[in-house]
Amino acid sequence: MDWLKLFRGEERKGSASLAKERLQVIVAHQRHSGRDHPDYFPKLQKDLLRVIRKYVQVNEDAVNIGIERDGELEVLELNITLPEHK
Amino acid sequence: MAKIIVVTSGKGGVGKTTTSASFATGLALRGHKTVVIDFDVGLRNLDLIMGCERRVVFDFVNVITKEANLKQALIKDKRIDNLYVLAASQTRDKDALSQAGVGRVLEELSEDFEYIICDSPAGIEKGALMAMYYADEAVVVTNPEVSSVRDSDRVLGILASKTQRAEKGERVKEHLVLTRYVPSRVAEGEMLSVEDVCEILAIDLLGVIPESEDVLNASNSGVPVVLNEESKPGLAYGDMVDRFLGEDRPHRFLEAEKKGFLNRLLGK
Repeated sequence: MDWLKLFRGEERKGSASLAKERLQVIVAHQRHSGRDHPDYFPKLQKDLLRVIRKYVQVNEDAVNIGIERDGELEVLELNITLPEHK
Repeated sequence: MAKIIVVTSGKGGVGKTTTSASFATGLALRGHKTVVIDFDVGLRNLDLIMGCERRVVFDFVNVITKEANLKQALIKDKRIDNLYVLAASQTRDKDALSQAGVGRVLEELSEDFEYIICDSPAGIEKGALMAMYYADEAVVVTNPEVSSVRDSDRVLGILASKTQRAEKGERVKEHLVLTRYVPSRVAEGEMLSVEDVCEILAIDLLGVIPESEDVLNASNSGVPVVLNEESKPGLAYGDMVDRFLGEDRPHRFLEAEKKGFLNRLLGK
């Protein structure tokens, strides 16, 4: 194996780059739903989901909340995905 | 006032206790009065790495429950002045660590010490939360490996929300120590590089400790590896301590040793 690679001079693409890509996705998701966010976020998310479900049946992951910081200003960002109309 | 530093990671087996022992020893070697506390109640190990397991009479939990005072429980290192160990209890469970009790002991230690190093247990349960609650700074120990990096990111989130500083709207200063680093595997593209991990976690890099058999040899003999100045990890930990104290030290041991042509042919 190593012989062939040596002669072909082929660039080895190791598994590290895959690890990095996977981690970047996980960490982005984890931060979106955790780091820098207040403790009440998960509960707020659940409550919102319950209220919305009184009117529309939506998926578990339909409610996304986040905080956007712009200098001194903090904006609560709320994103609700409604089911498609048939 | 002492500075309280938690050594934490989320994942187990990445080198928290090894790092705590060498960090505390390094600080004491440089003349700073330092105590290192094992927060892993029920599974104590720091005493072994520090080589003082036969001198544990009273432990951290005994001090919290006032069965012993600090003077009785602090173990003075035999090799280095200014260095003390507070062992974890081997028989109690983690509930023995009350927030108020831990706070009281840390406050008492603060009067006498410059640095208090809190060696956190793995996980994000009570013991780990107690180890980080009063911290001013955090050393996050990470291996260049996916599960360790993810856990470290989780721990960073907890440091930013569940500590006394976070409750007061302040930040715990975070440092990254990357351990078990193998430059040759990084060069082959088989291991996350220092740059990769720094980019993902986005915190200040305090040290990179190369993978080495010297670490196991050090723990076998109960001598913190930082005391072995013949070894790469020992020197890397020394640099880490210097950097922590504000010295400018370039990172060493990041490059793979060059392979000879014959070794390459043989695939070694």
